[in-house]
Amino acid sequence: MVMSAVLEEVAMEAPFSGTGRSRTYAEGAEEISGSFSLTDVSVAYGNETVIAGVDMLVPSRAVTALIGPSGCGKSTLLRCFNRMNDEIGNVRVGGTITLDGLDIYQKSIDPVDLRMRVGQVFQRPNPFPMSIYDNVAFGPRTQGIRKREELDAIIEDALRDAALWEEVQNHLKKHAFELSGGQQQRLCIARALATRPEVLLMDEPASALDPISTQQIEDTIAELKDRVTIVIVTHNMQQAARISDQTAFMLRESMDQPAHLVEVGDTKRMFTNPNDKRTESYITGRFG
Amino acid sequence: MKVTPTETAGQRLGRTTRRRAAESVVRVLIYAAGLLSIVILLAIAVFLFVEARRSIAEVGLGTMLTGTKWFPTGTPKIFGFLPLIIGSLMVTGVALVVFVPVGIGAAVYISEFSAGWLKEVTKTVIEFMAAVPSVVYGFLGVAVLIPWVKTAFGLTSGMTALTGGLVLGVMSLPTVISISEDALHAVPDALRQGSLALGNTRWQTAYKVVVPSASSGIFAGVMLGLGRAIGETMAVLMLTGNAAVIPTNIFESVRTMTGTIAAEMGEVVFGGLHYSVLFSVGLVLFGITFVINLAADLVLERQRKRWRR
Ligand SMILES: Nc1ncnc2c1ncn2[C@@H]1O[C@H](COP(=O)(O)OP(=O)(O)OP(=O)(O)O)[C@@H](O)[C@H]1O
Ligand SMILES: [Mg+2]
Repeated sequence: MVMSAVLEEVAMEAPFSGTGRSRTYAEGAEEISGSFSLTDVSVAYGNETVIAGVDMLVPSRAVTALIGPSGCGKSTLLRCFNRMNDEIGNVRVGGTITLDGLDIYQKSIDPVDLRMRVGQVFQRPNPFPMSIYDNVAFGPRTQGIRKREELDAIIEDALRDAALWEEVQNHLKKHAFELSGGQQQRLCIARALATRPEVLLMDEPASALDPISTQQIEDTIAELKDRVTIVIVTHNMQQAARISDQTAFMLRESMDQPAHLVEVGDTKRMFTNPNDKRTESYITGRFG
Repeated sequence: MKVTPTETAGQRLGRTTRRRAAESVVRVLIYAAGLLSIVILLAIAVFLFVEARRSIAEVGLGTMLTGTKWFPTGTPKIFGFLPLIIGSLMVTGVALVVFVPVGIGAAVYISEFSAGWLKEVTKTVIEFMAAVPSVVYGFLGVAVLIPWVKTAFGLTSGMTALTGGLVLGVMSLPTVISISEDALHAVPDALRQGSLALGNTRWQTAYKVVVPSASSGIFAGVMLGLGRAIGETMAVLMLTGNAAVIPTNIFESVRTMTGTIAAEMGEVVFGGLHYSVLFSVGLVLFGITFVINLAADLVLERQRKRWRR
């Protein structure tokens, strides 16, 4: 695994810092960051371990798709990346997860700071009951950005990145609930991008949307991936094949044992020539 | 009704018609219930007005509403409502200052920060607070608060607008808390998740997302608390000293509209002028609560429209 060795090395170079708040997306080798490394990760809800032994790398500035049958723990694993599991009572995360070499579960890490670097888009659009502008400005304001021009610029950037700018540029004061479902989801993407995260987690972001909106979201992901690391959960095999660079297939083989990672690898390779029989069956729709 | 294979189309049609008939009976009943509440409300207003007619004719509504002195048993008798109206407003104002921050704060705590048995205990205690009779609150106020206010502020008497208002504030808390808590509870969890995922703390999430999203329900809770405070009688009667003089600050004794009616109704001649004047006081009280409720409804309706968009 030459690639993973390189990634580990790069990861070591970029230390975690809570000061990267007004960082802009930058090009160039030294800014390559936003890569995760998971070692023997397990998650338990109460006494029930639902995921165990997950080892994988999430490369920087690429799309990683998490696939697997319903209930196998994709959302649970995704929530480990920004420690949203901490917000659910009685959850234990074991193993090690590092972001650019830094253990995100160590005591000195404040999950609040982590979440500014690792944004999330949810399955159902969840805009706040306020204007389009205020929705996108929400994260930056939390980061202490108050200047009008600065906010305006961030909001325009984020809305452009989420492919929503053209539609809403003249209605920024409109209530977010007046948008269509697809527009609301793109608004949520813009809202997550406005804090300038290095990583964007997406949990079935298009499953509640119509085909055209889904297409727009996929286009947005394709646009974003050279600047942001994306981890996306999807039930749609075609979607995983279309948009991701790397695919991870999870499976819980019986209810007595936790889910594990069956196979991780280059998406093209996995969809054309999977190593594991179970991956092949799942991809070709024989179960799940 | 059993569906048999031999049922004809006509029979099936008959069944639908019967179900429609049952539905319309239910609908009529619901309308009737709604109508009844309006009728009762109107009946109260008419009843108050009929009994108050004599005072309106003999003293005049304007004279009563703008009169600054209340000497119902003096010679000449003076029936000016301002001391009572201002007394009521002052006591209610103090209560508002207590129950708005404490009530909303407690509701936010219960809904957003407490869990498990602590949450259950808190909710039970608050329900219990609502069940305590107001005379008991009055007793507590007499035993604890009156001496405290007297010494803490160096007054000659601890029976003040402040004393009554503090106790009214506490008495209104269960209403404000339970309604606000319901409103906060109804805010979808997805919004909290969204805010936390953006790097907000739970506290920031509560005050920047959850409370604004529940603002209309919280507002309704505050309005109902206000209605409770302005209509409360027994506790204020026991705690405010009942001096019918226009107060200049909250450290003076006041007499409320409700207290006046309760205290004097037993001593008046049935059907006499003083009796009729007390009904005018009741009419004013009725009017004030009606306006508060109307204002609350209008605000809520506007909020609801905003949400529906
Ligand atoms: N908050 C929770 N408390 C307890 N158990 C949970 C909780 N959330 C998820 N689980 C359990 O963890 C397992 C994995 O759930 P998860 O939601 O991560 O699956 P998923 O792969 O995302 O499923 P889907 O594709 O249906 O969204 C399931 O067995 C589920 O019952
Ligand atoms: Mg899921």
